[in-house]
Amino acid sequence: MADLLSILPQQLVFGVTLGMVYGLIALGYTMVYGVLFMINFAHGDVFMIGAYMGWAVLVAVIDAKVMPINPLLVVPLMMLPAMLFAGVIGLGLERLAYRPLYLRGATRLGPLISAIGASIFLQNSVMLTEGARMKVLATYRVFPRDWRFDILGVNVSVLVLVIAGIAGIMMWGLNALVQRTTLGRSMRAVAEDREIAAVMGVNVWGVVATTFFVGSALGGAAGVLVGLYYTQIDFFMGYSAGLKAFTAAVLGGIGNIRGAMLGGLILGIVESLASTLINPAFKDAISFAVLILVLVFRPGGILGEALPDWKRV
Amino acid sequence: MRELGQRWRRPFHGSLAVLCLLIPVVVPNDYVMGVIARICLYAVLALGLNIVVGFAGLLDLGYVAFFGIGSYVYAFLASPQFGLHLPFIVALPIVILATAISGILIGAPTLRLRGDYLAIVTLGFGEITYIMLINLDRPINITGGPSGIIRIDPPSFLGFALERNDQYYYLFLLLLGLALLASKRLRDSRIGWAWQAIREDELAAQAMGVNTTRAKLQAFAMGASFAGIGGSLLASWQRSVFPDNFLFTESVNILAMVILGGMGNLLAVILGAAVIVALPEIFRDFQLYRLFAFGLMLMVLMIFRPNGLMSFEAKPPREEAEPQGELAAEPDPGASSR
Repeated sequence: MADLLSILPQQLVFGVTLGMVYGLIALGYTMVYGVLFMINFAHGDVFMIGAYMGWAVLVAVIDAKVMPINPLLVVPLMMLPAMLFAGVIGLGLERLAYRPLYLRGATRLGPLISAIGASIFLQNSVMLTEGARMKVLATYRVFPRDWRFDILGVNVSVLVLVIAGIAGIMMWGLNALVQRTTLGRSMRAVAEDREIAAVMGVNVWGVVATTFFVGSALGGAAGVLVGLYYTQIDFFMGYSAGLKAFTAAVLGGIGNIRGAMLGGLILGIVESLASTLINPAFKDAISFAVLILVLVFRPGGILGEALPDWKRV
Repeated sequence: MRELGQRWRRPFHGSLAVLCLLIPVVVPNDYVMGVIARICLYAVLALGLNIVVGFAGLLDLGYVAFFGIGSYVYAFLASPQFGLHLPFIVALPIVILATAISGILIGAPTLRLRGDYLAIVTLGFGEITYIMLINLDRPINITGGPSGIIRIDPPSFLGFALERNDQYYYLFLLLLGLALLASKRLRDSRIGWAWQAIREDELAAQAMGVNTTRAKLQAFAMGASFAGIGGSLLASWQRSVFPDNFLFTESVNILAMVILGGMGNLLAVILGAAVIVALPEIFRDFQLYRLFAFGLMLMVLMIFRPNGLMSFEAKPPREEAEPQGELAAEPDPGASSR
C-alpha cells in the first residue's frame, strides 16, 4: 500500500500530461461538431499526419547537422510545419469530403460515412508512402534523459512540462480566439444558427473552413507532442487516440471548448489511475465505463447544455 | 415512376431470389462462393443494425459487441472449450436469446440518450466487450484471451455436417432470407410503426401513445438477435473465434453497409453489404492499395449519392406522413396535379 501511495503522484503527473494532449485533440472534434454537428472521424488521422510531419522534421534536423539540437529551436521547427500541413489536410477534407454532401442535402449520417472513408484513405496513404513499420523519434537528442528533477517527491521530466505547457498555451489561445475576436464571434454565431448567421452577413462556409483549419492544426500539434512523448509512431495511431479524444469531447459536453479540455484531463487522470490501481489491461474499459456513467447521469456531458432536437443526429 | 416500380417489384425480387439460388451451379468456384457467403453473413448483420439505426433512428456505433457476444456464446455451446457440443439447431435459439438479452442490458442505460451521445456510449460498450473478450482468460479461462476459441463444431443437421463453401452458402442464404422476411414483417408491424414514429419525432410518438422506452428496448433486442444469428454463422463457418474479429472497424463497416445502400430500405441494405464486402475483394490484386481505394470509394460514393446508393427509391421522411401513397395508388389524374 505504501508502494502504491508513492507512485500515485507520479501517475497523476502522467495522467495530467496525457489529459492535456487528449484535450488538445478533442478540441478538433468539438469545434467541428460546434459548427457542422458532425463527428469528424478523420480527425484522429489528421493528428497522426501531424506526428509524421514532426518525425520527418526531426530526422531532417538531426541529419543536417547544421544547427545545435536545442529544444527551443527544434520544437517550434517541428510544430509549425506539422500544424500547417495538418490544417491544410483539414481544409481539404472539409472542401472535398464534407461540404459537397451538405450542399447536396445529405442526411446527418452521410457525412459520417464520408468521414470514415476519409479516415481509411488517410491511414492508407501514409502507410503506402511511409511504410507500415513504426517510426522512432530520437527524443533523447532534443530532451536528454537526465533533464528531470524532483518537485515534492515527484520526478518530473522537462519534456512533460514542455508538453503540458504547449498544450495549455494552445488551449488558452483557442479560447481567446473564440471568445474575443470577430472570427470567434462568427464561429459562435454559425454554431448557434447557421441560417441566421448567414443572414447577418457571416460567410458561413468560410467560417466552417477556418474552423476545420484551426481544429486540424491543433490536432497536428498534438501529434508532434505525442510523438515526442512516446517516441514511437505508426500510421494506425490516430485510431485509438482519436477514439479517446472523441470520448473526452463528449465527456466534457460536445461542442463546448472548455468541456473538451476538462474531459481530456478527466480521461487522462482516470486512465492513469485505473492502470495503477486496477489493471493496465482494463484501463480503456474503465475509462469508457466512466464515460457511460457520466452520460447516464448527466446526458449532456459535464459542461454540456441540453442541445435542441435539430442539433442532434 | 413509382407505379412502374410497383409493377416490376415482384418479378424483380423473384428473379433475384432465383439468381441467388443458382449461383453455386453457375459459378462453382470456392472463392466466389466464400465471398458471396460473406456477403450473406454481413447482410444479416446489416439488416439487424438497420432495425436500430434505420427503423428506430438510434445511432449505434457498437453493434459489433452483439456480433462478438453471439459468436462467443455459440463457441461456448459447440466447442471443446466447455465440453459442450450442442447441435446448430439447438444452439442457434440459445444464442439469439443471449444476444437479445445483451441488447436489452446495453440498451437500458442508454434510453435517456440521443444522437451522438448514444453513439459514443454504444461505441464504449463495443470497446468494453472487446477488452473483456481479450482479457477474460485469467484468472478463469472463459474466452481464451487473444488466442480465442478454436475447433468449433461445424453446423450439422441429422448427422450431415457442412463442409464445403457452397453448402455454407445455402445455409447463409436461408438465414438471410429469414432475416429479410423478419425485417419486412417487423417494418410493417405495429412495433415497426412505433420505431419509425420514434425516428421521425420522439416527442410526437410519445404523445400518440407509443411506449418509447419499450419500443427502443425492443429495437435493441431485435437488432442484437440478428447479430446473434450472424455470430453463430461466423463461428461455425470459421470454426474459430478471436477477439480481433470484433474490432470497432467492424462496427463501422456494418454501419457503412446500412448507410451506403440507403437507410431503412431493406434491399438497399443488402446492396450496401455486397458493395462493402466485394469492393476490397475486387481490389485484392492491388493488395496494398485495397483499403486505400476502399476509403476513396466511400468518399466518392457519398459525394455523388449522399443519401445512399438506392436513395431514389426511398421517399424523403417528411413526405411519408402525408397521404401521398394512397393518392398515388388511385387512378385519379387530379391527384398528381395537386
